[in-house]
Amino acid sequence: MGVGAAIGDTTLATKQTRALARTMMAPAVIVLFIWMIVPLVMTLWFSFQNYSLINPMMSGFAGWANYVYVIGDPSFTQSLINTLILVGGVLLITIVGGTFLALLLDQPIWGQGILRIIVISPFFVMPPVAALIWKNGFMHPGYGMLGHLWKFFGLQPVDWFNQYPLFSVIVIVAWQWLPFATLILLTALQSLSEEQREAAEMDGANAANRFRYIILPHMARAITIVILIQTIFLLGIFAEIRVTTGGGPGYASTNIALLVFRTGILSNDIGAGSAGGVVAVIIANVVAIFLMRAVGKNLDA
Amino acid sequence: MARRVSVQTRIGFTVLAWVIALLLFSPILWTVLTAFKTEAEAIASRPTFFPQNFTLENFGAVQERSDYFKHAINSILVSFGSTILGLIIAIPAAWSMAFAPSKRTKDILMWMLSTKMMPAVGVLIPIYLIFRDLRLLDTVHGLTLIMTLINLPIIIWMLYTYFKEIPVDILEAARMDGAELWNEITHVLVPMAVPGIASTLLLNVILAWNEAFWTITLTSGRAGTLTAFISSFSSPQGLFLAKLSAASLLAIAPILLLGWFSQKQLVRGLTFGAVK
Repeated sequence: MGVGAAIGDTTLATKQTRALARTMMAPAVIVLFIWMIVPLVMTLWFSFQNYSLINPMMSGFAGWANYVYVIGDPSFTQSLINTLILVGGVLLITIVGGTFLALLLDQPIWGQGILRIIVISPFFVMPPVAALIWKNGFMHPGYGMLGHLWKFFGLQPVDWFNQYPLFSVIVIVAWQWLPFATLILLTALQSLSEEQREAAEMDGANAANRFRYIILPHMARAITIVILIQTIFLLGIFAEIRVTTGGGPGYASTNIALLVFRTGILSNDIGAGSAGGVVAVIIANVVAIFLMRAVGKNLDA
Repeated sequence: MARRVSVQTRIGFTVLAWVIALLLFSPILWTVLTAFKTEAEAIASRPTFFPQNFTLENFGAVQERSDYFKHAINSILVSFGSTILGLIIAIPAAWSMAFAPSKRTKDILMWMLSTKMMPAVGVLIPIYLIFRDLRLLDTVHGLTLIMTLINLPIIIWMLYTYFKEIPVDILEAARMDGAELWNEITHVLVPMAVPGIASTLLLNVILAWNEAFWTITLTSGRAGTLTAFISSFSSPQGLFLAKLSAASLLAIAPILLLGWFSQKQLVRGLTFGAVK
């Protein structure tokens, strides 16, 4: 067989492979395309309609009325602020705590493997379980562990979910996501080469300077990723609120996700709920753009 | 890691790390211990650490009250069903993107990732109405379908990062030997890809098992998974703390064990390969 024939075969194979590759990709692309476009277009459509499941007389084009109604309602402003506080609060706790824990677990300590497993555990607890354990076992003023602790120090037990509903939700969600941040940051930390650290130590850099000039820059990328991924998930926090406060008292712990659920599904106002949904999509997209850039950079590398 | 530190330093770090780790773990530990206490002991004004009267009655009571096994079976069906369905769609796609990339492959991957960014509430209402009209509300297959769709981008991405690491030379060697494309996949690629596929399966079963938005909004009694099962304990009736703990333990134990095995894959899967 000549060289020319071999080359001819390869290009033919490549062409065939290309066609096959497209065919093999088709189901995934089509399914995801439908999944992304159809409901989104429907949400957009509903958001401009008068559509209530309890009042069938209400119908027809609504213009911006649903948006005016949803955004103009004080519950929306509060939900938006709550969403931001929830995301911000959890990010602050998990990033600072996660960095600290990752640095600690990276030290030469006994039982590192077991510690990793213990620390990661809360991440595998399903959200409603996490929420109910905290609500009843820890934060309940009567028999919760924190109540016992407060009484032990002669203090009045706190009724967490009534007095500090949003803060209580933040604690629960932070508990779930701290392990994630720790694990990712620890992974990044362990890829810092031993030579780099030793060189820094040789040069007489103290711990604070080593952290500031060697470790932190090395971890910056992982921290960015953690922030972005967590933000995506935290914007949609739902079960933790639903099973603890239900969004209350009033709207004190309602976020955008719960507001849409309350408006659309519980109050059967499809139009207004959809308008809220569209707002949620817009907020998430702003975050998504940044995440895509960060992950996209990695694809090139 | 062989950094030279004094024994005192090492003891100090070890103690600190263990104290913090156990504090973080204490809600889970509390749940395990309370599950074996009597209701009276669980809410006693002087809390006990270990169960004084070790009992298994809570587990029976939970099964009787909320039918744990039905929900557990639904969870298994939905999490494994959606993951396997997802793998069937994703494996060919990830294969072609890893081994026959075109100019647009990167854009397609990024676009797939972007579907994951869409907040569930943005599409909740249409999905709810479609499900209502197609009588898919509160069905296991309807939920499986949604779970497949929401996890498909992660499945494709994880597989893609694993497939990328398979040396192309081996595939080319097989091709030179005249292997058909199908044989190439089943005899060469699959055996090499099995560890990656297994990790992907594991992580996605965990994610689907713990998913609590769609399971709560789209199911009620019949197709409820364990997340819905446990949510039914959110409005307490009488003495229930020990029963809640038993129910919680039953809901999280299987996945906690799987999770411990898959923590390395978790980093990779959830950061879309951006942190290794």
